Amino acid sequence: MKCILFIWALAAVYAFGADQATLQKGEKVYAYWCTPCHGPGLPGTVALGAKYKGAKPALLVDRTDLIPPVTKTFVRKGVSVMPPFRKTEISDADLDALAAYLARNNKVAKR
Amino acid sequence: MLPPGVNQKDFSDALKQFEEAVGKEWVFTSDEDVALYRDAYSPFWGEPEERVASAAVAPNTVEEVQAVVRTANEYKIPIYPISTGRNLGYGGSAPNLSGSVVLDLKRMNRILDVSERNHSALVEPGVSYFDLYRYIYDRKLKVWVDVPDPGWGSPVGNSLDHGGGYLQPMYRNHFDSHCGMEVVLANGDLLRTGMGALPGAKTWQQYKFGFGPWIDGMFSQSNFGVVTKMGFWLMPEPDAYLTGTVTVPRYEDLTQMIDILTLLENSGISNGMPGLGSPVLGGFMMPPPAPEVTAMLSKPGGGVDSPELHQYARDKGIPFWSCTVKFYGPAKAIRAEWEYAQEKFSAIAGAKFKDGEFYKLPLTPDQFDKVHKPEFGLPSLETFSIGARSPTNPNPTNGHIWFSPIIPRTGEAVLEANKVFSQAARDFGLPVLSFSLPSTYWMRAFIFIFGFPITHDIATNKKNRESFKKLIQIAAEHGWGEYRTAPAYQDAVMDTYSFNNHALLRFHETVKDAVDPNGIISAGRYGIWPKHLRGTKA
Repeated sequence: MKCILFIWALAAVYAFGADQATLQKGEKVYAYWCTPCHGPGLPGTVALGAKYKGAKPALLVDRTDLIPPVTKTFVRKGVSVMPPFRKTEISDADLDALAAYLARNNKVAKR
Repeated sequence: MLPPGVNQKDFSDALKQFEEAVGKEWVFTSDEDVALYRDAYSPFWGEPEERVASAAVAPNTVEEVQAVVRTANEYKIPIYPISTGRNLGYGGSAPNLSGSVVLDLKRMNRILDVSERNHSALVEPGVSYFDLYRYIYDRKLKVWVDVPDPGWGSPVGNSLDHGGGYLQPMYRNHFDSHCGMEVVLANGDLLRTGMGALPGAKTWQQYKFGFGPWIDGMFSQSNFGVVTKMGFWLMPEPDAYLTGTVTVPRYEDLTQMIDILTLLENSGISNGMPGLGSPVLGGFMMPPPAPEVTAMLSKPGGGVDSPELHQYARDKGIPFWSCTVKFYGPAKAIRAEWEYAQEKFSAIAGAKFKDGEFYKLPLTPDQFDKVHKPEFGLPSLETFSIGARSPTNPNPTNGHIWFSPIIPRTGEAVLEANKVFSQAARDFGLPVLSFSLPSTYWMRAFIFIFGFPITHDIATNKKNRESFKKLIQIAAEHGWGEYRTAPAYQDAVMDTYSFNNHALLRFHETVKDAVDPNGIISAGRYGIWPKHLRGTKA
């Protein structure tokens, strides 16, 4: 329960803090860095589809449960065949925007 | 971590000078930031031998590169230049020598010129294939970039590492398609090759050789300088694309089929990257073999040369081999070339032909989604389906590493290599493929490409490393050498290029000592170690 509250709080902080310009910037970062593997039918999407088997959307842009710390962890740590991304590729500011963009559909954060 | 042989004070002073050169935010020293430079596909992942950096510095201009290199030379700090750092499967962004400072050139991402008239480009190291493609697409220029399978790599880095693509032969060998480079030397001096050495020349991307010895090759797969610009020849957008497939019935037909293919390619008749296959054996890009074929292949004494299998193919009327030839050019011309190719392949009794794809170019959006993108100069990351989680692969790997020896372009060599590598795989307990056909990236030779999975299990990685090194030896004993490999194996591979008591490596070392006497640039890359580390690492 404590964990859920903590995540809710994090989500609320990050999503409410994101203005339109940040979300637009995040969308651009997503299109440039993420779409080539996480677009429809592409390996990142197929992998998430196989992992969640319909329990969550395979497309990252359709996810409603993402919170910024999760996005940031995967970008900076990598997972499976996806390598981490360096700060010369995705700067901290770009990552903030990307994480806010992917958290925009988080219903918990929008209550 | 300190660079080897460097004390804390010198390292701190050097880092301060790096910061003055590039700005504090572009010098990375925290564990968290430096960890981003680990090779995500390292075969030593998590072991003490994993090659890791001590810091990273990311200049934005040639002048900043020169300043960083001068400082590194002054303090004898080993540096390791990377371009986009995405050489995954062959080393990624991690150095050969642990403790090196990664010189991250990703910020140098300017496309300096794309000429539609000369069909050429001039780019910096941080430009990716995606970047160059988008630049061309946005401006509707009628040129194609030859891209490797993963499109996030750098034309500069990929060509320097001898990478390949899929278009016409003169473009798909990426180093061959370059024209002119700019290099920062270990003392910070700036060099331009080819016509770039002539101030005011307008032909840097038109004529490769300039005047005097052509030295560009010395900056590929080496550590003699930091390449900061490179020119490339681009392929004019063709009118059309066509493929056709020939099948031949008998096991023994492989040799003649390959000889005819080679003639067609070396004559310039077929100018796309061909694909070899076996309808009876199945495999890559083909349906899997029938269960009875699998049984025949795996039983004692069985194999691709078993008379029982040959009889099975004859009885079922399944061709033993296939070859898909590909053509770029005017529609009328490539249809005629396919017709001519059929005439040539008809010398093989029982050869049959099937028309394949035909596209008028450029592709429509619908077609775009259906094709193998690199064959149309379209960058993609679809190749990362290899090893990734999928419905048929519920247990994804943590990457892969490639064993990729060059073998002769003959049917005899293909059969011999299969026999040798299958036996080796059995001996080492590796998965044994029923039969592998080589890749056809290069015109004059074949290349076998076998993927080794990378895991985060130390015991598995250790076993695979031992197998990999044995395969290097076994290949060399048959006259087959790796064209490229990850840092973990570069010493072992260089050791096999040993003609006349390693005369080639001795020459590299002589050059290294002359152009980089302090041995600061990419120590150990491709087996070339600076004098003070020589003999301690191999």
